[in-house]
Amino acid sequence: MILDAKIPAGPLAEKWSKHKFNLKLVNPANKRKYDVIVVGTGLAGASAAASLAELGYNVKAFCFQDSPRRAHSIAAQGGINAAKNYRNDGDSVYRLFYDTIKGGDYRAREGNVYRLAEVSVNIIDQCVAQGVPFAREYGGLLDTRSFGGAQVSRTFYARGQTGQQLLLGAYSALNRQIHLGKVKMYTRTEMLDVVVVDGKAQGIVTRNLINGATETHAGHAVLLCTGGYGNVFYLSTNAMGCNVTAAWRAHKRGAFFANPCYTQIHPTCIPVSGDHQSKLTLMSESLRNDGRVWAPKNIELAEKLRKGQLKVTDLKEEDRDYFLERKYPSFGNLVPRDVASRNAKEAVDEGKGVGASGVAVYLDFADAIARLGEDAVRAKYGNLFDMYYQITDENPYKVPMRIYPAVHYTMGGLWVDYNLMTTIPGLYCLGEANFSDHGANRLGASALMQGLSDGYFVIPYTLGDYLATIGPKAIDDKHPAFAQTKKDVLDRVAKLLALRGTKTVDEYHRELGHIMWEYCGMARTDAGLRKAKGLIQALKADFWVNAIVLGENEEVNSSLEKAGRVADFIELGELMVDDALMRSESCGGHFRVESQTEEGEALRDDDNFAFVAAWEYTGENQPEALNKEPLVYENVKLTQRSYK
Amino acid sequence: MKTSQSNISNLKSNERMSNGNMNLTLKVWRQKNAQTPGKLVTYKADGVSPDMSFLEMLDVVNEGLIHRGEDPIHFDHDCREGICGMCSLYINGQPHGPKRAITTCQLHMRSFKDGETITIEPWRAAAFPVVKDLATDRSAFDRIQQAGGYVSVNTGGVPDANEIAIPKVIADEAFNSATCIGCGACVAACKNASAMLFVSAKISQFALIPQGQPERYRRAQSMVAQMDEEGFGNCTNTGACEAECPKEITLTNIGRMNNDYYSAKLFREEEIGHHSEG
Repeated sequence: MILDAKIPAGPLAEKWSKHKFNLKLVNPANKRKYDVIVVGTGLAGASAAASLAELGYNVKAFCFQDSPRRAHSIAAQGGINAAKNYRNDGDSVYRLFYDTIKGGDYRAREGNVYRLAEVSVNIIDQCVAQGVPFAREYGGLLDTRSFGGAQVSRTFYARGQTGQQLLLGAYSALNRQIHLGKVKMYTRTEMLDVVVVDGKAQGIVTRNLINGATETHAGHAVLLCTGGYGNVFYLSTNAMGCNVTAAWRAHKRGAFFANPCYTQIHPTCIPVSGDHQSKLTLMSESLRNDGRVWAPKNIELAEKLRKGQLKVTDLKEEDRDYFLERKYPSFGNLVPRDVASRNAKEAVDEGKGVGASGVAVYLDFADAIARLGEDAVRAKYGNLFDMYYQITDENPYKVPMRIYPAVHYTMGGLWVDYNLMTTIPGLYCLGEANFSDHGANRLGASALMQGLSDGYFVIPYTLGDYLATIGPKAIDDKHPAFAQTKKDVLDRVAKLLALRGTKTVDEYHRELGHIMWEYCGMARTDAGLRKAKGLIQALKADFWVNAIVLGENEEVNSSLEKAGRVADFIELGELMVDDALMRSESCGGHFRVESQTEEGEALRDDDNFAFVAAWEYTGENQPEALNKEPLVYENVKLTQRSYK
Repeated sequence: MKTSQSNISNLKSNERMSNGNMNLTLKVWRQKNAQTPGKLVTYKADGVSPDMSFLEMLDVVNEGLIHRGEDPIHFDHDCREGICGMCSLYINGQPHGPKRAITTCQLHMRSFKDGETITIEPWRAAAFPVVKDLATDRSAFDRIQQAGGYVSVNTGGVPDANEIAIPKVIADEAFNSATCIGCGACVAACKNASAMLFVSAKISQFALIPQGQPERYRRAQSMVAQMDEEGFGNCTNTGACEAECPKEITLTNIGRMNNDYYSAKLFREEEIGHHSEG
């Protein structure tokens, strides 16, 4: 199949404006004849649902949480990028575009990324108009900060809770439309399948999480805004409920899944404390502005530290290896996320890890405290230090923090064209759930930007083009495809509920997470990936025989909910391994051991891998088919990243 | 004005109550659904690590229950980092447990003693009916927000962000009100099951800033009306809500709300109007 990304022709800076003009419009009087289904109410979903309802479409919105306000966008800490150039420090739409393409290690589309940078400025205006309380300066205007190693100060923020405030803004816009009757909101409702009629997405099948009622909903278009799949690793910074089910079900109905192996591992998370660990907590990477990352010089010292025979504060200066400063003298502790993460893992793999588990390195503020004073450090990082203390019971003002990388974000997702449409006509995918804008690595403060860009400023234009094409003829759920899809869903639920084996669903999930982290995490090898594939296939077979799924369908049943999600994660895991195996280059956060420079740094292979890998489902237990969308760079010259 | 939560340098060097693994007795509210009466059921939780979070402790208990073929304890939870507002346990008579300024998911077992009995109940309020076990239906909060918790602007066509200047102290105060996570601990803590801390936080956020002015009085009136309709009680100024709020939302917000509500009712009829657009 030829993948047409539908990137408009013409100069980069004119693509989006020209495209907007060329898109068909829906007559204002006809908009109320169209029904649009929006799944997920995070930044992308809430902003899309509200904006489409404002235009006059009838929207049905769905979330599995008890309120749309609880989607995991709420947890984003750092900020949101926008090329406002309020600082007069040389920022521009082109610079934000360039930084994002480079940061994504030249694996994103120029056209999409430029549009993202272009609408970034509108997002800030919109949020302020809604009353989002961004940080301000004494003059009353908006404050910004430099974030994630950017050379300009373009990150707008609301203390350490930017995601919360932006989501509450989108939620308020959504609430207004619910009040006006233009959005019908379904909470505690999980989407379990997409209904495809004559090749077009025309509805979904959902399960009511309170009473198990399985329902069909019809619409002229379906928007999946269902977030990322980081929980395939079991432990991640995602919320417990984050899952891939909506996207995966769509994939099995014909939506291609792009670049599944692109995941982001965030370097500064609080390490695992034991087998009971259920999730990982991220601490803002701004900590690396003043903290120094180190590990003990040798294995013997590390062992003494782990056993408590030596106190970390007693370790002599010459026995500490500030490995980032040593290896990357010009960037030091501020190297990009992927480089910092990989080096921490290397130290641990060499046996130099610290903490009881030995799976951590130090992030030390002693120098910063000596230089700036404890109060200054508290003013900058107080809330993060509190959080660290709360979780670990250790005082980071006195002893170095222990940190370790954790899965944080997934750049891969459903393949979409420039209009955000998947390979199923009428099925769109927005926000983290799609693959589109971050390439192989996402820059800090860009996730919020993309979610809101897709929802507020892209889909309201591009959706109209499709709707105008198919026409406003009413769509209902009487077509046999609805009954058939509902039956498929109920059959699968029955199959899950018949499992009365010996292992809990969480045990399978944990095992899957170990396999993914070990073989498909920061560093990957051909042999390791092949081994992982076998392990996952065996895990899948075992799951469908030996899992325990209790209870009934017609009640609140968390076992059943989890089982369905984990079964999908297992299948996704195998595809991620296939994708990683195929991509035998190092790029973004992914170090392919076979592809490195003489100095041991990541080596990209642009001749062979400058493409988007879009995987096509071909049937149960069949190998997926690879479709390639070549990445064409007309404006940016591809270079090898270097932080030496 | 609030600047940060607990200030750790002021804490005693080691406030950990327990170091080794603990054996605990749990008394947990079990209720099949809204229609069925519930009761407290006793469970043993042995070998609990002080480094577990409270919810991880429940995860481990649930794993044991599932292995024995018993229905796991149902509780709401999601982000497990204190921001989504989903977790909601009433632990030994306190919403979110014994520590101040945190949610249940941020509570760690080191706050408990070996051998302790811990009673775990759902939020208790007529407006928050039990869904199952420890989970309640808090959709009343959504409906109150839908009644007017927004600035009525459409996407697009708004002024440049820096055309609206807001004094830093005002912006910071609006932010403090906006940090409410909508968990409902204020309602659970209140003997009247009043939602006034929650409602007033949202009303305050908008009442403080220029963007919120055009609808200020209409908003106060419609949100308070919806709050009353949902069956929440009134405020009798005991301040339990403020004490238990994981985000330290202050009673000042209630004062602001009352001010706007009375102004709306007494003097601002012409601004409130009777349109359906909220």
